[in-house]
Amino acid sequence: MSENQQKTMVQEVPLTDDMFERIGTEGLSGEDIGKQSLTYWADVWRRFRSNKMAILGLILLIAVICLLFIGPTLSGKDYQFIDASIKNTPPNSEYWFGTDDMGRDLFTRVCVGGRVSIYIGLCCTLVMFVIGSLLGALAGLKGGIVDDLIMRLCELIGNLPYLIIVVILSMVMGRSMFSLVFAMSLTAWVGTTRMVRGQILQIKEQDYVQAAKALGADTGRIIIKHLLPNTLGIIMVDVTMSVPGFIFSESFLSYIGLGIRPPETSWGALASAGQQQLMFYPYQLFFPCLLIVITILSFHLIGDGLSDALDPKLRQ
Amino acid sequence: MAEKEVLIEVKDLKKYFNVGKKAVLKAVDGVNFKIYKGETLGLVGESGCGKTTCGKTVMGLYEATGGQVIFDGVDIHSLHKKEKKEFTKRAQIIFQDPYSSLNPRMTVEDIIGEGIDIHGLYKGEERRQRIHQLLEMVGLNKEHALRFPHEFSGGQRQRIGIARALAIEPEFIVCDEPISALDVSIQAQVVNLLIKLQKELGLTYLFIAHDLSMVKHISDRVGVMYLGSMVEFADSDELYSKPLHPYTKALMSAIPIPDPKAEKEKKRIPIEGEIPSPINPKPGCRFAARCKYATEACKQTTPELTEVLPGHFVACHRVKEVNALGL
Repeated sequence: MSENQQKTMVQEVPLTDDMFERIGTEGLSGEDIGKQSLTYWADVWRRFRSNKMAILGLILLIAVICLLFIGPTLSGKDYQFIDASIKNTPPNSEYWFGTDDMGRDLFTRVCVGGRVSIYIGLCCTLVMFVIGSLLGALAGLKGGIVDDLIMRLCELIGNLPYLIIVVILSMVMGRSMFSLVFAMSLTAWVGTTRMVRGQILQIKEQDYVQAAKALGADTGRIIIKHLLPNTLGIIMVDVTMSVPGFIFSESFLSYIGLGIRPPETSWGALASAGQQQLMFYPYQLFFPCLLIVITILSFHLIGDGLSDALDPKLRQ
Repeated sequence: MAEKEVLIEVKDLKKYFNVGKKAVLKAVDGVNFKIYKGETLGLVGESGCGKTTCGKTVMGLYEATGGQVIFDGVDIHSLHKKEKKEFTKRAQIIFQDPYSSLNPRMTVEDIIGEGIDIHGLYKGEERRQRIHQLLEMVGLNKEHALRFPHEFSGGQRQRIGIARALAIEPEFIVCDEPISALDVSIQAQVVNLLIKLQKELGLTYLFIAHDLSMVKHISDRVGVMYLGSMVEFADSDELYSKPLHPYTKALMSAIPIPDPKAEKEKKRIPIEGEIPSPINPKPGCRFAARCKYATEACKQTTPELTEVLPGHFVACHRVKEVNALGL
């Protein structure tokens, strides 16, 4: 043994109890403390809230919707009032977004047109959601011939070119809001049906559904307690992501002249009119497009946030 | 032990699945056994031999293709809706996979309470008390009641599954490989819990597993399945000390012995080839293709499960010659 080592040994101090401090003993009763347990949806909301982009999307969307409803009151103009003396006025303190080629206040028109666009987006999504989940659930649950029929119908409708259906329907039913909603939702439910069916097929084979059956649960209980809550998350994301799709489709149809009939207006119709003035009055295209972009962006941000919040695997 | 009451009798149970045109998967093909009240019947066999399907058909979760499951004198596959609900109150199942057997959107309280709600056993405060009592019975805390399944480990989840099955005070529980998804130390805990509960509550088990030592530990009698049919059936000690069927012999020789010397000297009986497909199986003994004793007769006719020794059933044409029973 070297001298150095011996020295260290000599200097060693006997260890006594009072030299130690107990830390971390609260862990012994850790199970009692626990965090406050949340319901599933409260937990989803907690995680959604912590996603800054999603919250930004939500705030933007609420702001846009508020603007659409209080906008005309704020500006105090009528969206159909034509004043030839002020046509194509650039944005100023009187006409915030300027006026169009007939001298109508663009700000008021964007607000009123936005209502139509969002209304159509929500209506189509609602129809798509209801038809899609009902048929999807039916196909997934019943199986057999019912499943075959519904899936063949899906293929049939899914394979018809969407634009042709819209053109034919607007010829038959005339150009109105109803025919537009009808034509767009006629083809849209196919995707939702397929998705819901796939989910139901997957979940109904899970052991917990079998366990519920073994406990004597009837079909209604299994649907409400087990199948619905486990599909709703994915359906909700799909719904949020579809709204901007419909707004976009409506804009596109209005743009090519199949949408809303003047003097009613929508974002698409406004953009279409603005495009003709693009060379000299670019603001007439800019403002409707800005609103479309903000709305669609906010829906996408919310949808993204929801899909993260609803996925139990991303839970911390 | 003289007067044992039969709780469940399975007669010639068949479960076939259609897997395409003219292809029939015979998952369970003519299985017979009886389970007495208060005993544990073990069911062993390799993967894909139809153990789980057998268990689920006994529970009525699968519609039987043929045969009967007689529970306390009644065929459960002929029951009407209301009677079926009565049956579900008396028989329960514990699932293999503790991850897929609990609904991720429900709290533990609601999962365990599901059976209580369906059968309207308790309400309000009584229900909560009962759930807390069940949680403590399976070794969890009552603080766990408001949590979600994903907050638990595999072993804890399996305990929740056990508590769910116990909640409606069944007499009979099918344990469908309740331990195979767990690691070894937890396996022992769960098996001991099952044995403890059996003693306390007088339960009857159908215990399905592929772990031979574990089955021996828990079972009174053991059935060995091979490709959808029962090949040997006997008291647990008898089966493990004196296996008669060539397949069982090979299976038993594969059990590791916790003694390196003995393990080294042990003679393993290898089985040649792969397990044949259960889709459109050939006639004759299912094991014939891999059996070194097989004759032409084995490939032609299916052997019946016969009582070779008292209480020891074997399905093999050549069992007497192979084992030199000299009868």
